[in-house]
Amino acid sequence: MNKPNLEIKIGSMVMKNPVTVASGTFGYGPEYADLVDLNRLGAITVKGICPEENLGNSTPRTFETRGGMLNAIGLPGPGAQGFIDTYVPFLSHYDVPVIVNIWGKKMEDYGTVVEMLDAEDTVSAYEINLSCPNVKEGGSAFGTDTDSFSRVIELVRGKTQKPIIPKLAPNVSDIGAFAKAAEEAGADAISIMNSYPAMAINIDTLRPELANRTGGLSGPPIKPIAIKLVWDAAQATSLPIIGMGGIYEPADAIEFMIAGATSVAVGTANFTDPTTINRVIDGIESYLIEKGHSSAADIVGTVKT
Amino acid sequence: MKQEKSIVVEHHNFQGEYRILRLAAASIGPRVKPGQFLHLLIPQLGERILRRPFSIYKADAEGVSILYKPVGRGTDSMKPLHVGDTVDIIGPLGNGYPELGKDKFPVLVAGGYGNAALYLKAKELPVKGVAFFGGRTAEDILCVEEFKALGWDVRPTTNDGSLGTQGLVTADFDPWMAEQEVQSLELFVCGPAPMLKAMGDRAIEHDFTAWLSMDENMVCGVGACLTCVIKRKTATGWEWARCCKDGPVFESREIMWNE
Repeated sequence: MNKPNLEIKIGSMVMKNPVTVASGTFGYGPEYADLVDLNRLGAITVKGICPEENLGNSTPRTFETRGGMLNAIGLPGPGAQGFIDTYVPFLSHYDVPVIVNIWGKKMEDYGTVVEMLDAEDTVSAYEINLSCPNVKEGGSAFGTDTDSFSRVIELVRGKTQKPIIPKLAPNVSDIGAFAKAAEEAGADAISIMNSYPAMAINIDTLRPELANRTGGLSGPPIKPIAIKLVWDAAQATSLPIIGMGGIYEPADAIEFMIAGATSVAVGTANFTDPTTINRVIDGIESYLIEKGHSSAADIVGTVKT
Repeated sequence: MKQEKSIVVEHHNFQGEYRILRLAAASIGPRVKPGQFLHLLIPQLGERILRRPFSIYKADAEGVSILYKPVGRGTDSMKPLHVGDTVDIIGPLGNGYPELGKDKFPVLVAGGYGNAALYLKAKELPVKGVAFFGGRTAEDILCVEEFKALGWDVRPTTNDGSLGTQGLVTADFDPWMAEQEVQSLELFVCGPAPMLKAMGDRAIEHDFTAWLSMDENMVCGVGACLTCVIKRKTATGWEWARCCKDGPVFESREIMWNE
């Protein structure tokens, strides 16, 4: 039997397979280059970049929970120019699309960061972070109200021809409304979901386990939430969806695709086992062969309800 | 840095509650430099998903050894590991201890089983100096004979006086230091944070070099997640430095301690 076609498209960006990494779990690429063949990935999604260098939150920044973890890293990063100087030369050596996750403290920042990055051929697409639960300004403030959500997407759309992919907040009452708003504002795809706002408290010190007090829950505990959000959003929009949240096994990724995701991202599992990405890519291929499909696109949204 | 499915070749009590775990790891073993660490995926950890970092005690062409004490959910779950079991490890990670400076006199300072992280350095150093090992009781001072066999002058201190001088490691170190030409000292330190700070403070006050192995909670171990950051001094203030990638060893003058 012929090998199935794993290639998928997000706007004009061609991915050789549907698997990328969740922003913030894979650094900017070089961190995992000894352990993962970056050229195998469908795309590399790098940690969030805003126009200026950002320090992020105080420590402790993460906390392990049953089956998952909390994080409140707070988007530390080198800023757009720092990213261009430090990481673009490295990433340009690989034959893999690079999705840059962008964020801003104020709305204009989203336009500024794209203006600073857009001339770089290495930057293939932008994931617009409208849902980080861990920064006081920006982030989720834009992602939980459809008006400001749409305005950010329209602003970015006006600055670039490259694919733009808003990342949706999970803690909204109607994800379909955001999916539709993204489509109307000119997005090429959407990604679902960011970590879920959450908290843990130490019962001896009576203090929150994170310096930021609250953070975002990620890992296997959030997968069923993410599957439902993808399924809901897929019914509201025809945009491709990048599904993520607790993917640890190939079956998790396949489940996202059946729910309606065109592409998937491995996140927290990178910390547990950096070979997860390879297993997920291979596992999707094996599943397609086993079920007699000729392409990855064949299984997207095939859930029977 | 490699990821390897290692095989348990030895796992038993070492001294008191301390245990030794030796893993066959032909990719990682030969690459280890003194002061580096392993990131270990504990097989029996159930619903806990993150790796746990361990200092490397010994390493050679065939594999690596770690010393540990069951003190929490992770290390407790390691007890059932049997010879022949598979353990997924990533390593060697971090920058180890640097080379000894020219004309410097090496001093090892460790708290508890922190001295396991110093064994390879003790072996490698061209000059064998003095080793100050502190612990709560005699049971917490490991490997004394091994360090002696390498040629080190080992000075144990215990909180309860059950071995060596009674008190903290500084009870032996301070009077010894007072008789030295201090600027020629170069310290290699591993242990709990208050001990690291005590030695770092002395290095700054008396103008000698002290390499401190910093221990912070880690998640990825490879520099990606930015969990294990500490404040590192810069010309204009401070920056975050990753213990896993930029450390774990820092010189005392680099560190801005949390008050």
